[in-house]
This record gives sequence, structure tokens and C-alpha cells, in this order.
Amino acid sequence: MTTLLDLFKTMDYGPAPESPSAVNAWLDEHGRKFGLFINNQWVTPKDAKYYPSLDPSSGETLAETTQAGKPEVDAAVAAARAAFETWSRTPGVVRARYLYAIARNIQKHHRLLAVLESMDNGKPIRESRDIDVPLLARHFFYYAGWAQLMETELRDYQPVGVVGQIIPWNFPLLMLAWKIAPAIAMGNTVVLKPASYTRLSALLFAEIVAEAGLPPGVVNVITGSSQAGSMLVEHPDVDKVAFTGSTDVGRILRRQTAGSGKKLSLELGGKSPFVVFEDADLDGAVEGVVDAIWFNQGQVCCAGSRLLVQENVAEKFIRKLKARMEHMRVGDPLDKAIDMGAIVDKSQWETVDGWVKTGISEGGDAFQPDIRLPEKGLFYKPTLITGLDPAAATVQEEIFGPVLVSLTFRTPAEAVELANNTRYGLAASVWSDNVNLALDVASRIKAGSVWVNCTNLFDGASGFGGYRESGFGREGGKEGLFEYVRPGWMARPRPDFGLDTAKNTPTRPTWGEHVPTRPAMPGTAHTNGHELPRVDRTPKMYVGGRQVRPDGAYTLTVLGAKGKIVGQVGDGNRKDIRNAVEAAHAAHLSKPGWAMRHGYNRSQILYFIAENLDARNAEFAKRIVEMTGRTQKSAQAEVDASVERLFSYAAWADKFGGTVQETTLRGVTVGVNEPVGVIGIACPDEFPLLGFVSLMAPAIARGNTVVMIPSQKHPLSATDFYQVLDTSDVPGGVVNIVTGDRDHLTKTLVQHEDVDAVWYFGTAEGSYHVEFESAANMKRTWVGYGLPRDWMSREQGEGHEFLHEATQVKNIWVPTGE
Amino acid sequence: MNSNHTRNPGMPLDLDWVAGAHVNKSAVERRVASLPLRRTVKKDWQAAWLLRAVTCIDLTTLSGDDTPGRVKRLCAKARQPIRPDMLSRLGLDGEKITVGAVCVYPNRVADAVQALRGTDIPVASVATGFPAGQTPLPQRIAEIEQAIESGAREIDVVISRNHVLTGDWQAMYDELKLFRQTCGEAAHMKTILATGDLGTLKQVYQASLVAMMAGSDFIKTSTGKEPVNATLEVSLVMVRAIREYLERTGYEVGFKPAGGIGKAKEALAWQSLMKEELGDEWLMPGLFRFGASSLLTDLERQLYHYLTGHYAAKHHMPMG
Repeated sequence: MTTLLDLFKTMDYGPAPESPSAVNAWLDEHGRKFGLFINNQWVTPKDAKYYPSLDPSSGETLAETTQAGKPEVDAAVAAARAAFETWSRTPGVVRARYLYAIARNIQKHHRLLAVLESMDNGKPIRESRDIDVPLLARHFFYYAGWAQLMETELRDYQPVGVVGQIIPWNFPLLMLAWKIAPAIAMGNTVVLKPASYTRLSALLFAEIVAEAGLPPGVVNVITGSSQAGSMLVEHPDVDKVAFTGSTDVGRILRRQTAGSGKKLSLELGGKSPFVVFEDADLDGAVEGVVDAIWFNQGQVCCAGSRLLVQENVAEKFIRKLKARMEHMRVGDPLDKAIDMGAIVDKSQWETVDGWVKTGISEGGDAFQPDIRLPEKGLFYKPTLITGLDPAAATVQEEIFGPVLVSLTFRTPAEAVELANNTRYGLAASVWSDNVNLALDVASRIKAGSVWVNCTNLFDGASGFGGYRESGFGREGGKEGLFEYVRPGWMARPRPDFGLDTAKNTPTRPTWGEHVPTRPAMPGTAHTNGHELPRVDRTPKMYVGGRQVRPDGAYTLTVLGAKGKIVGQVGDGNRKDIRNAVEAAHAAHLSKPGWAMRHGYNRSQILYFIAENLDARNAEFAKRIVEMTGRTQKSAQAEVDASVERLFSYAAWADKFGGTVQETTLRGVTVGVNEPVGVIGIACPDEFPLLGFVSLMAPAIARGNTVVMIPSQKHPLSATDFYQVLDTSDVPGGVVNIVTGDRDHLTKTLVQHEDVDAVWYFGTAEGSYHVEFESAANMKRTWVGYGLPRDWMSREQGEGHEFLHEATQVKNIWVPTGE
Repeated sequence: MNSNHTRNPGMPLDLDWVAGAHVNKSAVERRVASLPLRRTVKKDWQAAWLLRAVTCIDLTTLSGDDTPGRVKRLCAKARQPIRPDMLSRLGLDGEKITVGAVCVYPNRVADAVQALRGTDIPVASVATGFPAGQTPLPQRIAEIEQAIESGAREIDVVISRNHVLTGDWQAMYDELKLFRQTCGEAAHMKTILATGDLGTLKQVYQASLVAMMAGSDFIKTSTGKEPVNATLEVSLVMVRAIREYLERTGYEVGFKPAGGIGKAKEALAWQSLMKEELGDEWLMPGLFRFGASSLLTDLERQLYHYLTGHYAAKHHMPMG
């Protein structure tokens, strides 16, 4: 037996267990069997099937939970729909009271929630107690504030409706907060499905919500398999889907919801870089690595899992890191003195172990500290793999476990290049004591959260979400609200285009196919052989600031209102799109790239465009009359509105840069509205000039470069427009114009994996395809579902909605203090 | 100090090393905030750690009103820091449990030496114009000599803060080198950085390096007289400098936080810091001391609680 004297000599750590008694009492009270939480009541379906929730540290079953089927999903959605009728009309100040009550109740049940979370998930009690649950409360407090302020601060917006939310197993409570708090704050109602491995804390939360007095049906929690998730996503009465999880599942959801008019936000995977420069506090950075990759056993979507160290300090840094790893303690999640608990499930453990083996077989050198693991339970040692190159799968793919890979770099430029050498873009950590370097690198890394000399910091006041294949939409901050509102004028889009609902595929699979056009014979009545014919003037494509002939050398005839030929344009093909996208990228790389120019400069150019358009006012109006047959007055109004719109975005060019977020960090958290990148834009047929300008102007005002597909029916306003661009100091490649068959060109654009977003204002069917095909690289999309929009009105044709689509928020966290 | 320990002989001043120091304050704060939440000891383990903390105390009195009587009482407590009945119930009857040292002003060294006769408890003396260090160098040197002559085996010297604040590392080094030579083989040198007077954590780190290069056996946070004394932040920075120095030179330098540490819970946090950042050797009095006085009573009270399950009254613990 170990005596006190022995301990006095060895100075070992001993067990420091948190008591599970309150959780066990709660589970026992429920007979260790749970129904579904619908309308603030426990509902147990007849012939319910159950699924066990396991404690990953012991393998023991904590409780059985219900597998929801179709009737239960329907019942939950119906409950949410019924509640929406009243909840959406409940004043924001009243909703704020409820959110506040929920937040307070979370605090009152803090420890119970934390212990349950650790038992069900396997995460250390320290983390659930000090991070997960406090942030859970914080989010409800924060969004209680936005409920309070909605009627004044978001007066142009309305709630979306019934929201289906699917959350992962790594942060069951925190993810629930990120989903539910903004949704109900904005007047939506919710059906939430927790992950299969970790269902219990959401059920406890449901009781806490009921205790807070939230009206029935506002928050419903259903447990079930991925089939239940699919039923929720595909339910016609769900207006929005929010998902956090793997990129693979995100892709499926993008396709499942394509064309449905449902809003979608996805927070997906990552392989986030952790960049250490030679002038960093290396000891501090080592601790940063611990917080980055061994937080929650590395089962964190934004885990800093790719270590990039400057070559001249790499050896020293790795030595320090390995020494630090020897001090890691892995064990019982309820032990207060451990760093890492258990991996959530056996299959996940095997995946992680498989990746380590892959890393070794790829030539990596795997290091694990000589520390003790508990004899049973799903524990895994913290692991560092050195000696790999970017080509290794282990370096590219998300492991979602306590496994870090490390690479080296030579220069800041190379660090940025390596950091961005990934399909993901969720987060990054940058370590340097040189503020110039750190902030420059932070601005160049493509990721939604960048932590300077810190890592894995979260707060209700700061948005979180990805670039690239890490998804779209933000959770947290004011920016997180826009996932849960829709412009006040806009009804829920319910596009109808003959979707085969059984297979969720459109009835016309040939969308976007196009046979190049042939000569069009004019009607003989229009020629007499004596009149002086017009000088043939066939516009070309506009790519990289130059007029270029269509690659395919085919021509599309443009007919006027009465079938008269009013002109011809190039009939673009895949290669024209390819060239235009390359030109749009080049415009970002030239010095200074379009996005790197200051807003003042971009606004000057937009004013210049407006000036030059206005100078040719009459000509543009005439063209519109010619093409559309509309009255001179109406055409004139369109040109005037276009000039005005350019003025609006010249104004916005230096007024939408972002905000200082009021997080709990000492220092600054800056939410930067960065450009999305290269945006492909398919313009509406109505308003050939104004539609074009209304979409181009916000995009370029905010630093994007664009590939414009003008109105297919009336393309000549757009092709006339390139001469305006040419005379307005617009750098080559910022605006590229490709004419031709809209859907044919759009298909290439949306399938192009180096296009960051596609906006599409064609048909409902086209909208479906755009959303469906965008899943290839998870590009952002903005589609019109073939529904009318009043481009002439300022409410519908310009403003915040457009700016929101033209930007993505990057939150840069910079702690201060010397 | 433990006998098989090789003393740090110091090294030539390496200004490049000093200049290349990087300490990020927010990263330091984060580590310090999370460490006491990552590590805790309970029950038997906690009792063992508390007892170990007792043995690391430099039981200190540094007041204008110190008298031979006051020092004698303190030394009595130093010999028997834990009530014998409690020690027996802890199963440590035969163990010599004493504090690490007794720390006094030079004028009181002889009193302490006298009072501690027959024990291994060393007497530490502050010196070199403690606490401000603003007296002429010859006097400061003479103080060390006199303290050693009176029987001090450890000398807690204060640095000239002006050298740090003006970045004159050479002057700081030269001065400490002189102090170290004066201590010679007779006494170990603990160098007080008075971190509360320094401007930044980076300066704390740099001053730590220079102090070690000049041959300090220990580096110590504070005199107890600055507006801010020992904090976990400066301790972390100093401890990391010790680790870096060990890595480069192979010499182990001790650490002594001093001033303001009065609670057992705080002592446990410092112990976790030492164990995590440096290792188990830095939990032992050879390389780790608390400069404290009231801490001892709280440690004793917590041990009482461990033994009885009752919260203890301060007046039940014999005074030092």
C-alpha cells in the first residue's frame, strides 16, 4: 500500500474525481430511457426503437434513447410550425426574456450539464466545466441581446421559419447553443437532432428550456439515426437547415436541399494551420499547440492539426513540444487533473489509429510520449508526426483526433502558401512577436478565424465559420444572425420546376447542355438591298481587360422585341469560362491585387464607371428599347437606376470593412468582411443593364473579381458596358464578361473548383443545378429560384443582402499586453 | 541544499541570447490561468504535497521590529513546523520535517544560527542593500561578507533594477558576478529580481538569464516589499528561463517565489507549475523554496483538515 511518506517522496498526482451522482440520479429518474422532446413534453413513439448512449471511458451504457421515425420527425416539425405562428410574432423584447431565462438556467445547472457532457462524450470535466458550459450560457446571453434589439437593428428582416438543425458529437452542448440561440432569438422555431454518440446533454438541455418556461414547440429535440436527419432536412415544411459536421455529410446536405428554397448553413471540417515564426515565444507557442490539437482529444473541427514551423527554429520547437507531451495526462474524463479524456467511439478511435499508421507508412516519424493510459476505455496518446510533406494524405486530410503533423517553412510567403495549401479554411493560428508580420500573415491566410498568439478562442460575440470546403455561414456575432433571417419583402421561396421528389433529381437531367448556334436568317421584309446596311459590329467577350473572340468561334444572334435581329454576340463555351476565371484570379494576384486595394480606390473607380455610363445615357437607353421593346421612359429609368446603383456601391466600397467584436478577449477581435474571391454571376433576363450592374457593383466594390454571364436574351447592354469599363480605370480581369447560353456557361462556372461563389438569377431549375453542383468544392451560392425580384427598387435591388453575399467574415483575434 | 547537486558556475555573458528573448504576455497569462485548472491533488496526495511545501519554505521575517526573541520563536517553528501529534497521525513520526531555511536580515543572522544549532536548517540572509539595492557597491559586498561571517549559508541578493530598466546587462552581470564571488563556496546565492519593479515579462526573462549567467544558485521573484510580489505569471517566465538555461548549459538553477503567498491552495498551484514546467526535482527544497511566513500556518491548518475532516482554527496552530 502506498503510504503518505511514499507520496511525499514521489510527489505523484493522484485521482481527483468529479462525482457523477447528480447525473446518475437524473438518468435514474428517467429510468435510463428517453423519449423525444416535442412541444415541451416527452413523447415515446409506439414500438419505439432504442439506441444506447455509451460512456466512452468505460464502455458502459448510460441510457437508451429513442430512434425517431418519419411520424416523429413530422410531429416535431408540425410542433415547430405551430409554435412559429406565435413565436415569430412575439415581440423581440419578450423573446429576449426567454433567452435570458435559458441562459440563467444554464448557469444554475452548470455542473450537472458539465458532468453529463463529460460522461457522454468523454471530454475532460475541466473542459466541459470551464469552456463548453460557460460558452453555452454566453451564447444565450449574447443572443438574448439581439432578440431585444432585433426590431430596431434588423428592422428590414424577418425570421426564416422552422429550422432543422443537426449537430455533431464533439461539442454537443456548445453546438446546440450556436444553433438554437440565434435561431430562436430571431423568431424562428427549431427541431434539433443531436449526434448519435452524444444525445443525452441535448435532452437535459430540453428540460432546462422547459423549466425556463419557453413556449411549447419553439425548441424540439429529436434523437435518431442519420435517416432521421435526412427526413428532417428533406421535410417540405422546414425552411432552413443548419449543420455542423463533416464535409462529406455537408456535401450530401447541399445536394439534398438543392433547389428547395431552404436556407442552408454548413460548418464543416478543417485541417487548420498552426504557424510558428522564429520570433515567436516558443514556450508560449508550445502551450498553444496543446490547446490547438489536444483540446477535446483533437476532436475539434478547427483543431490546429498542421504545425508549420520556421525551419531555423523547428528542431528546437519540436524538442520543446516533445518534452511538453511527456507531461500530458490522459485518463478518466471525470478526473479533474487530466488533459485528455476518451475518444468518443470505437470506430473513431480506429480511424485515428488508422491515420497514424498511414502517416508512418507515408514516411512520417510518429512520436508518442511515454505516459500511462488507463487499461480500458477509448484512450489515445497525444501524437506528433514529423517528417511528412504536403503530398502526404496525413497532411491533407482531417484526422479528427489527437494527431498533429508538422512541416517547416523558410519565409513568411512560404508559410502563407503552405497554410493555404488545403481544401479547407476554417481556422488558423499565427505565432510571432512581430505585430507587422503576424497581422500581415493573418490577413493572407484563408480562414474564418485567425488567432494571433492564441488558439481555439470562442465567444458569442464573434462569428465562427469557414472559407472554402469548411462550409459557409457564420455562427456567433451579429454576422451569425443572417443565417436565421430573410429580407422582410421576401417570401419563403418555393420554387417549382418538376423535381422528382422521390429521387430528389430534376426531371430534365440535360440542364446546361448546349449546341452552338447557327446563322439566323432575317425576315426578308426587313431588307431591300438599297438601304445602307449597318456596319457590322459584333461584340466580343471581355476577358482580362481585353476584347477576345469566343474560343469556339460560334455566334449567337440577339433578337429584339419583335423578333428583329438587333445584334450578335459570341456564343461562349467552357474554355471562355476557364479563361475568364483565370483572368479573374490574375486580377487578385497583380500588384496591388483588386482585393488589396483600399476602399477609397475602388470607390473612385465605381464613381468613374457611373460617370462614364451616364455620359452614354441615351445610347444605353436606346439599346434597352431596341432589345426589350420597352418604352423609352422605362429604359431611361433603368439607365438612371444603374447609375445610381453604381453610386450606392461606390459609397459602400469603403463602409463595410467589418467590426470590432466585443468578445471577452483582452485585446482586439476584428471581424473583417473579406471578399469571397472570384464570383461567377449569371444575370437575370429582365433589366439587361440594371440586373448586370446591381450584381457586378457590390461584388467588385467589396474586392471580388467577377465572371459575368449577362442576360442571355438581352446581352447587348452588358457588351456595350465593357467599353464603359475600359474607359473607367477598371483593372483588367476585375470584370470579365462571357456571353452565350446562360445555363451552359453557368454549369461550367459552378463546376469550376477555383471559383469561390456563384450567383445565379436564371430559372428555378437552374437554381437547383447551381446549388447541387456547388457541392463539388462547397462554393457559396446565391440563387433567385426563378422568382421575381424588383431590381428597380432599392429595397430589393441593392443593399445589405448584396454586401453580405459579396463578403465572408474573418475574425482575427489579437490579444494584447507586453 | 542537496549535496549531490552541482552548483551553477555561471558562464560568460551571452548578449545575443539575452537579446533574442521572446515572451508573449497573453500566452503566459493563458498558461497560468489554465494550469491550476488542469492539475489538482486531492486527499492523501494533497496531504503529501502540502507537507512537501512545508519543507520548501524559507520561513522569513524581514521587519524593522525583528528582535532576537522574535527570531528565536521563528526558528522554533522552523524546527517543528507541524504539530507533533499531527505528524504522528500522518505516519511521519520518524521523519525530520523542517522548513527549508530561515530567512532574516544580516543583523539577525547570528540569532538565527544560534537558535537553529543542532539542525540542518540553513540560515539565509538578505543582503546587498535589501530591499532597494540603492547603496554603494562596497557596502553591498560587505553585507554579504558579514552575513557569511555570522553563519549564513544562503545569501538572498537584490539586483540593481536600474540596470534592467536601462538594458545595461553588462553592469547587471558584473555586479552579480562580484556578489557570487563574494559568496564563494561558503554560501549559495539567491538572486532577487524584484519583478514588481521591472517593466515587462520579457525583462523578467532577460534578467533571469543574466542572473543565471552570473552564477546564481537560485533566482527569486521579489523582496516582498515591491507593490506586486510573486505572481504565477512572472514565476512561469522565470521557470522557463531556468529550463532554457538547463537545456543550454546543463546546470540546474533553483527557483524561489516570495511575497504574498499565504494560502495552501496557492502553494499547490506553484507546485504544479514547477512539476509541469521543470520536473519533480524542482518540488524539493534543493531547487525550490517559498519565501513566506503566514503560508506555514495555512498549510498546517489544511493538514489538520485532512486528518480530522474539520476546518481548523488558526489559533490552534502554534505561532512562529
